[in-house]
Amino acid sequence: MQRVGAAAPLEVNIAEKTFRSAEGVSIVALRNLSFEVARGEFVCLFGPSGCGKTTTLRILLGLDRDFTGSFSMPEGGSARVAAVFQEPVLLPWRTVEQNVRLALPKNLRDADLTPLFERLGLSAMRMLYPGELSLGLARRAALARAFATEPAILFLDEPFVSIDERTAQGLRHLLLSVWSARPTTALMVTHNLREALMLADRIIVLSPRPGRVVGIFAVGLPRTERTPAALDRLSRSFLEQFTTVE
Amino acid sequence: MNAREGGAGRPGVEAAPKGRKAPLAFAPALTVAASLAGFLALWAFAAAAWPSRALPPPLAVWSVFVKELMSGELPWHLGITLARVAAAFVLAMLIGTVIGILLGMSRRANAFFDPWVVLFLNIPALVIIVLAYVWFGLNEAAAIGAVAVNKIPNVVVTMREGARALDQRYADMAFVYRFSALDRIRHVLMPQLQPYLAAAARSGLAIIWKIVLVVELLGRSNGVGFQIYLHFQMFEVAAILAYTMAFVAVMLVIEIALVQPFERHATRWRGRAA
Repeated sequence: MQRVGAAAPLEVNIAEKTFRSAEGVSIVALRNLSFEVARGEFVCLFGPSGCGKTTTLRILLGLDRDFTGSFSMPEGGSARVAAVFQEPVLLPWRTVEQNVRLALPKNLRDADLTPLFERLGLSAMRMLYPGELSLGLARRAALARAFATEPAILFLDEPFVSIDERTAQGLRHLLLSVWSARPTTALMVTHNLREALMLADRIIVLSPRPGRVVGIFAVGLPRTERTPAALDRLSRSFLEQFTTVE
Repeated sequence: MNAREGGAGRPGVEAAPKGRKAPLAFAPALTVAASLAGFLALWAFAAAAWPSRALPPPLAVWSVFVKELMSGELPWHLGITLARVAAAFVLAMLIGTVIGILLGMSRRANAFFDPWVVLFLNIPALVIIVLAYVWFGLNEAAAIGAVAVNKIPNVVVTMREGARALDQRYADMAFVYRFSALDRIRHVLMPQLQPYLAAAARSGLAIIWKIVLVVELLGRSNGVGFQIYLHFQMFEVAAILAYTMAFVAVMLVIEIALVQPFERHATRWRGRAA
């Protein structure tokens, strides 16, 4: 949407990431993976299962430091990072609101969260425990937590898997709605092509393991015009361009 | 496959549960009362059928209890024993929890220290008490320390299991959102360890108060254990039973008035789950 220049992007240059199993077998998960995400841009990492998408996110989140290469985070604004994981990962012993507030830095702890909760349709759920929510609602709470921190960059790791398609589609619209309200640099991992085409400015296509960038697909259509028919056309032209990728 | 998708994930807004636990605490209390009355009746019958100084009837025990209560002897010794139980309990829980979590988190530390844990688990309580008195003298610190050392290995084993069961996803989430160390302990670590803490505390209380009596018997000149030893030498079974009953009653009250409400509070998020 609003692209705030190319200043201070996310720059990723991972030379190699290798996993060693207990038996000493080593598997190269990523090799020479490099890409950039501009500020305010929504980018999808797209590739087959097991190509190292989640591994890439874990490295960028600082959860995995055992790799060679480097990356630099966007500067300016808050230097914070937010993540929406494959599962909601809410603390079951804290209410929805407490879960969101706990993720906030000290100076934002008392922030007014009403608009955010309203936008995500969670107003009535603030005092509930995660165990009382459906999976769809729990994912909304996870989105609320991520956006409440006003992060410099947002990472999403297939946040809409393992829920039925109707709920997932609703959540995608909600994600776009919060994201347009506070445009944030976002990098989302997915293996769902239509999802990527619906949400992203650009799609970075990864090869099968060891993962590296095969090419980049710019969606180049305003999100308001991405009707089902338009998405069909986009996915056809995407598949023409990347025949090798599932 | 299809059945699983059947709307389970639909955002059911109205799904918030209204009906909490129905308050029917009456029937269980009645059962407990009947059970205790049955026990007393059996005791009274046995004491009447085989009259002996070794088995006084409940009423005789009760009158000794009232006498000791009025003279102030019983509250004084009971208070001292309770203080020792509390001190040893706090000490054992604190030290055992810290060691247990460290061992549960570090495989290497556990590999090294596990034999120590097994060793201490298997030293008889009596040996630890005797050695504590020999090494540190017949004083309060030795008494309480000996009780705590007896309990610490149990706490370590329980809390080590708890630390091993910690969910890495919560730790990752706390890392990404930069939780402070205090928040991590309070909101991520302790709630996950709570069931293990409760288990350790439960069994801890039961073990500790029994060991405290032995410690008092061997090397203290006050407390319930000392009193029981005194009455044992004079063969006053009624007094022994009076002290025992009083102590058990106090521990029951602690369990019902402190431990259970705390647990209910700590697990409130579970009870209401839809």
